Amino acid sequence: MRIELVKRTEHSRLMAVLSPVIAVFLTLIAAAILFQLSGKDPLLGLFTFFIEPLTDTWSLQELIVKATPLVLIACGLAVCYLSNNWNIGAEGQFVFGALCGSFIPIVFPDFETVLTLPLMLLLGALGGAAWGLIPAILKTRFNTNEILTSLMLVYVASLILDYLVRGPWRDPDGYNFPESRLFTDAATLPVIGDGRMSIAAPIAVVVVIVLTIVLAKTLKGFEIRVMGESPRAGSFAGFSKKRLTLFAFALAGGLAGLAGTMEVSGSLGQLLPTISPGYGFTAIIVAFLGRLNPAAILIAGLVLALSYIGGEGVQASMGVSDKIAAVIQGLLLFFVLACDTFILYRPRIVPGRSATGSEI
Amino acid sequence: MVGGMKPLAENEKKSGDTAQTDRRASGDVLLDGKSLTKRFGEILANDRVDLRINKGEIHALLGENGAGKSTLVKMFYGALEPDAGEIIWQGKPVQIDNPAAARALGIGMVFQHFSLFEALTVVENIALALPEPGNMKALAKRIESISSEYGLPLNPQDIVADLPVGIRQRIEIVRCLLQEPALIIMDEPTSVLTPQEADRLFKTLERLASEGCAVLYISHRLEEVKRICHHATILRHGKVVGECDPSKETPSSLANMMVGSEVIGVSHSGKAPELGPARLRVADLSAPARNPFATTLNDLNLAVHAGEVVAIAGVAGNGQGELFDALSGEVRVTPEMIYIDGQACGAKSINWRRQQNAAFVPEERLGHGAVPGMTLTNNIVLTRHGTNDGLVSAGFVSEGQSGELEQKVKTHFDVRMSHDNPEARSLSGGNLQKFVVGRELDRKPGVLVVNQPTWGVDAGAAALIRQSLIDLARSGSAVLVISQDLDEIFEIADRIAVISRGFLSEAEAASGMTRERVGLLMAGSAERSQGNDRKAV
Amino acid sequence: MFEAVLLTVITAATPLLIAAIGELVVERSGVLNLGVEGMMIMGAVVGFAVANQTGSGTLGVLAAIVAGMGMALIFGFLVLSLVTNQVATGLALTILGLGVSGMIGEAYIGVPGLRLPELYIPVLSELPLIGPVFFQQDAVVYLGFALVALVAFVLFRTRTGLILRAVGDNHGSAHALGYSVIKVRYLAVLFGGGCAGLAGAYMSLAYTPQWVENMTAGRGWIALALVVFASWLPFRVIAGAYLFGAVTVLTFHAQAQGIGVPSQLLSSLPYIATIAVLVLISANRRLTLVNTPACLGKPFVPDR
Repeated sequence: MRIELVKRTEHSRLMAVLSPVIAVFLTLIAAAILFQLSGKDPLLGLFTFFIEPLTDTWSLQELIVKATPLVLIACGLAVCYLSNNWNIGAEGQFVFGALCGSFIPIVFPDFETVLTLPLMLLLGALGGAAWGLIPAILKTRFNTNEILTSLMLVYVASLILDYLVRGPWRDPDGYNFPESRLFTDAATLPVIGDGRMSIAAPIAVVVVIVLTIVLAKTLKGFEIRVMGESPRAGSFAGFSKKRLTLFAFALAGGLAGLAGTMEVSGSLGQLLPTISPGYGFTAIIVAFLGRLNPAAILIAGLVLALSYIGGEGVQASMGVSDKIAAVIQGLLLFFVLACDTFILYRPRIVPGRSATGSEI
Repeated sequence: MVGGMKPLAENEKKSGDTAQTDRRASGDVLLDGKSLTKRFGEILANDRVDLRINKGEIHALLGENGAGKSTLVKMFYGALEPDAGEIIWQGKPVQIDNPAAARALGIGMVFQHFSLFEALTVVENIALALPEPGNMKALAKRIESISSEYGLPLNPQDIVADLPVGIRQRIEIVRCLLQEPALIIMDEPTSVLTPQEADRLFKTLERLASEGCAVLYISHRLEEVKRICHHATILRHGKVVGECDPSKETPSSLANMMVGSEVIGVSHSGKAPELGPARLRVADLSAPARNPFATTLNDLNLAVHAGEVVAIAGVAGNGQGELFDALSGEVRVTPEMIYIDGQACGAKSINWRRQQNAAFVPEERLGHGAVPGMTLTNNIVLTRHGTNDGLVSAGFVSEGQSGELEQKVKTHFDVRMSHDNPEARSLSGGNLQKFVVGRELDRKPGVLVVNQPTWGVDAGAAALIRQSLIDLARSGSAVLVISQDLDEIFEIADRIAVISRGFLSEAEAASGMTRERVGLLMAGSAERSQGNDRKAV
Repeated sequence: MFEAVLLTVITAATPLLIAAIGELVVERSGVLNLGVEGMMIMGAVVGFAVANQTGSGTLGVLAAIVAGMGMALIFGFLVLSLVTNQVATGLALTILGLGVSGMIGEAYIGVPGLRLPELYIPVLSELPLIGPVFFQQDAVVYLGFALVALVAFVLFRTRTGLILRAVGDNHGSAHALGYSVIKVRYLAVLFGGGCAGLAGAYMSLAYTPQWVENMTAGRGWIALALVVFASWLPFRVIAGAYLFGAVTVLTFHAQAQGIGVPSQLLSSLPYIATIAVLVLISANRRLTLVNTPACLGKPFVPDR
């Protein structure tokens, strides 16, 4: 007896909805096993990791703070992946965007007008887009593999940040600590509520709504989906693969850069040598968990944000390494990918040959 | 239960028994397939199929596309596993687990779409099919001697990617011969050959049969089956519907058995058309090969006038795809190389040309003409978004509008589907082709370029498509058909040109052309006579 | 000084060489495993931990190989048995590897490590300059060269290699001829995983004998780039690995010398060099098209 995959004649809509749910469920089981292996009570572990953060307002706000960049980046990545552009360097685009967005408050701290914030956000988005366009241009001009180049640029962007924060952009009154000066009020995103939550969150929601409409209803959205599934048919439709590659990378980079700027302006208030706990990579998981659909990405972003806070939670109260968050994130992506298989294929149990005689 | 029932006993009585005494080589049964059944999802590809092959006979397996021929032979070759039924080989029941087991029994196969490895050499390709290839140098020697002995010369060190289709088929045949098979299965072997190359293949097959090797010959080309096969089994919708001695049948009686009803021929509604002005003109079209495996186009010239169907014949891979891409605008060339209704448009986009009322149907239905995983409504948008059908306003796609168009195409062209608005890939080949052609014809284009309009399509759909192409031309449009199917070309074309290695012969009136002449042109006899000797191959 | 530089170039190049030759085999079979970084870091942490616990470098290396293969097996199951997207699955493998290694390694941060012993080849190792550089290395360095030679021999001189290349060139045909595409690919993926694990162990047991979180620092990705650089030909991997080893070492020495360039710029050189090399290689269409395994990254589902 063996199990084999049989291609379905059409996509299974049921599995498309169920797949992320099943994946999350499997991840919970795997997480319980992990806690057991670390010698902790699995139920308490699951509770501390996945439920407790949802029970008080501080961590709920923190959840939204962490989900915001994830959702923004993942929306851009969804456009890339839908159109078959493998941008895995969002982390670099996030960092470089944040650098560009921080240019005004660090270099011209006295420039305090109503234009300061909009200019910062614009510069941040442009910077991220520019960083994202590098692999896109290399891909369209020289046919260079965008996976490797976009990833290499992550390291480069992080090193530029490190250089600036330790060098020219170090706070002159900061006792030589590797950090920039604090942003002035005019350069800080307005806060919502009593925590670190800023208007970044509603901006992310607007982006989600706009992108949902663009993908579902417009010709551009149609172009993106056609190109991803069948570039040959896309060119027959008169769409340009190269232009779309540039568009997708610029959009993803722009959103990542915007997220980066809002992170430093809203949550951190200054530049530090490290400004991201790997948002750009976690957003890849968010994009897949949300099945590359912006509305679902909104939920997926919250799920992954929970894993960050849960990781901190289990470390603080149970003494489990917060690295468990990364492990759970990795497992989640595996399960999502595995479950997605059954959207296109259905499993079939094939009995041993002896059973197939001459009868039907 | 199944084994005892012979569903088509009367067919055997009608023709089978008499045939046995005549041309069918008298001798032992080599292979006896009993009640073979194979199901793919909802489709019963083979339904209790019985097939008996004698030693030394050329046995035709006839049937339309989708009749289940390929499925059946793949079971003999171990590439598919029957759900039910049994295979008796030389008197013993056998279980053919994989192709290696088939080869060990003495069953070889020449595939329709060659199972060759492009990046590897001829000798490496052949070594892969042999259980014990031994020393590569010795094998190369054997290949040279066997291939020339059977009139199919090969250079063992050539890389397959550099070889034309005809030679690639030789590799497959030589690969079979080296295993000293008792049965060779050939899947549509002549579909990629010129008539002259096909003649050479038939000689090889006759020699093999005379040496006692049986051949299972899959084809839907009735003339050649009649000419070389000793016995024929006919499949329809996965079932055996008859057996006969093809030499005693006429092509139309064979066709009736295959299709199950009288075949509808196309009607030309009168005599030769009155030619209008040239609506599509190709002037000194040249284009370099885009990659190492593509064909260069060399100074092509052609005009298609209002009211006529012009066909371009040729063996696959001689520049048809490249020509289509240049005509459609997917690959841009110099403006003055292509004119649509007098306007130079070689550098214009495909949608610009569509707005000039040109339409295009590519060879690949799935993945080029249609997006496999998208619904038909979405696939309407694929080519119609750029024309003035009101599908797109202010960047938004109107679902109502595209849905209406889909319904229109569906009813006019009899596109059958299991439920409303399915994904393109769930349609059968014939239905999807009707959709893809219908989507363009619905616009009543002034210029239509269609590449392999009925490739892999059932006879009913093919007749419908061919008729609608003729009707479109007669209504004043210019229709250019690129096809490998000579039957189709002679059926619908008013003028015929032949493409060979990127050179195009001058279009001549179909009435004055013969298959032999087309065959010679396909083999490249016109390449050097085109007045551009400097570019001669 | 010159001798010392050469020695460090060899140690810097060896992990790249080993990881890349493993991935080359994987890609030749038609599979793109982007999880090299994840497999490498697992090899590094497991190798370090086992060597630390047992006191045996050899056991550490073996354990690292097993760890790499274990990661590769997960990848293989998803990509080959469940036909998941290879790019995304490779990324997942890297994310998982970084997470798990962080968890395992937490106990070993700051723990002094164990260095693989050097092999002294009699007589030859006594030669001036050449001796210490070429004949006084640890076993893994020699193993790396042996692996390249072995892979080159198997790929182009044996039936196994022919089948592997056939599967990567046209999986449909290979299946039609009766070869088990999935089995061949599983074996190739496992080999790649073992190599990545070994490369990781070399990082934590020879290159810098200690455990530092994230210590592979993108070397797995550079190894992937090296396969492209080598245009899937084994011996070119050596050239690529040593080129990158040299760039890495030069940046170290330049930093140590304190030349007036920001250290971050120097540190980013290997990554920028990778991009530059990829551009140079891929701009040559003919070269890449001819050598790229035609089925690279494409899913395969056998029909039976």
